[in-house]
Amino acid sequence: MIQPHGGKLIERVLTGAKKDEALDKAKRLPRLKLDPESVSDVENMATGVYSPLEGFLGEKDFRNVLNQMRLADDLPWTVPIVLDVDKATADGFKPGGEILLVNEEDRPVAILNLEEKYTYDKAEFAQKVFGTTDRAHPGVAKVMDMKDVLLSGKIDLIELVPTPFDRWKLSPRETRVLFKEKGWKTVVAFQTRNTPHIGHEYVQKTALTFTDGIFVNPVIGKKKKGDFKDEVILASYEELIRNYYLKERAVMAILQMEMRYAGPREAIHHAILRKNFGCTHIIIGRDHAGVGTYYHPYAAQEIFDKFPDLGIIPLFFRAFSFCKKCGSVVNEKTCPHPSSEHIQFSGTKIRDLLVQGIIPPAELIRPEVAKIIMQFKEPFNE
Amino acid sequence: MDKEFTTVSIPTSLHKKVEEAIHGTEIGSVSAYIVKVVRESLSKEQEAKEVFSREDEEKVKERLKALGYID
Repeated sequence: MIQPHGGKLIERVLTGAKKDEALDKAKRLPRLKLDPESVSDVENMATGVYSPLEGFLGEKDFRNVLNQMRLADDLPWTVPIVLDVDKATADGFKPGGEILLVNEEDRPVAILNLEEKYTYDKAEFAQKVFGTTDRAHPGVAKVMDMKDVLLSGKIDLIELVPTPFDRWKLSPRETRVLFKEKGWKTVVAFQTRNTPHIGHEYVQKTALTFTDGIFVNPVIGKKKKGDFKDEVILASYEELIRNYYLKERAVMAILQMEMRYAGPREAIHHAILRKNFGCTHIIIGRDHAGVGTYYHPYAAQEIFDKFPDLGIIPLFFRAFSFCKKCGSVVNEKTCPHPSSEHIQFSGTKIRDLLVQGIIPPAELIRPEVAKIIMQFKEPFNE
Repeated sequence: MDKEFTTVSIPTSLHKKVEEAIHGTEIGSVSAYIVKVVRESLSKEQEAKEVFSREDEEKVKERLKALGYID
């Protein structure tokens, strides 16, 4: 089984007497309300998804991540995981103290053992992580709206917040046992924030040819306008796997996390998280984790050259299309025919047909999957 | 403040060999090459270890069965 990133699978979930003690102590602690995205970050830290992180980044690690794409101990880490508050709130907290983190419904989530408070430059953060300070980029917009002070320290999770998708939620501990039970020595991860079309299936099955199993791992959480809703993605993948995959070779579980749309840096981040889930390989396609035209189409593949010590093997796929002459999905290396023979896997085109109530051609999407999507009255985020 | 870099010695002959090997490649310096190779080597030396107790594993299997992931 592949080692977790940093060598140790982090587990900071309170149970039994320690949980009771924390709940009792929580009544007397200062409180800090988290948005759902930060709650996800806390849960991911506590359950080992973000191993080796045990809490929000301190200043030394934060600056190293910005400047070197590594933690201060040289371990690859490309996306800052930070907790922002305004100055007045920060002034009310002292390093060495504890803070109760609650969700938007005031439900206790975790205890933050505060270590540091520090300021940062938002434009620098945006430029280094996203390669731009253009506010039209959703990740940049979020950073520029962040508050001015970052809090760092280890967290202890009191309780996972229930979600409608818990049936699909597995921790790295659970996926590692699952892969072991299935007898998988090699596992390829497929990261997605979309419903599947034939091109996705082609990429997944090509990768599966060289590994024991595939871990389909949709990102569930805040996404941008026009993205498919989480329940639509899960229902469509459930239908695809049920009809077109071998049960002993494919599993699906969710990654509850905000998409940052940081392109290359996020591709490395995604690879690290799937390594923590127990995957030995990860599929990286064209413009992975990108948005608009901010990143060169294959920058998210080229960045892997900088991380020979990442530990998880990327499988790179070029752009693909359906060739009417070949009668199959092809890419630039496998098809000699002109573009006039090619049907592009356009997400926009598929979406427009579905919205009109038209089942797209079978070359683009499985009819069973299309029918599932069309059962939803409003399948897209508004 | 911690220094970002420190100096390591290698034989001159090896330095020259690396210089010749990286000539015309995208690797910008002997230092960059050595950093890359060392990082790669260190990551391979780490061996995978089991992270769960048998009891933990059995509890997890119960949940996986209940969710339909395993029979």
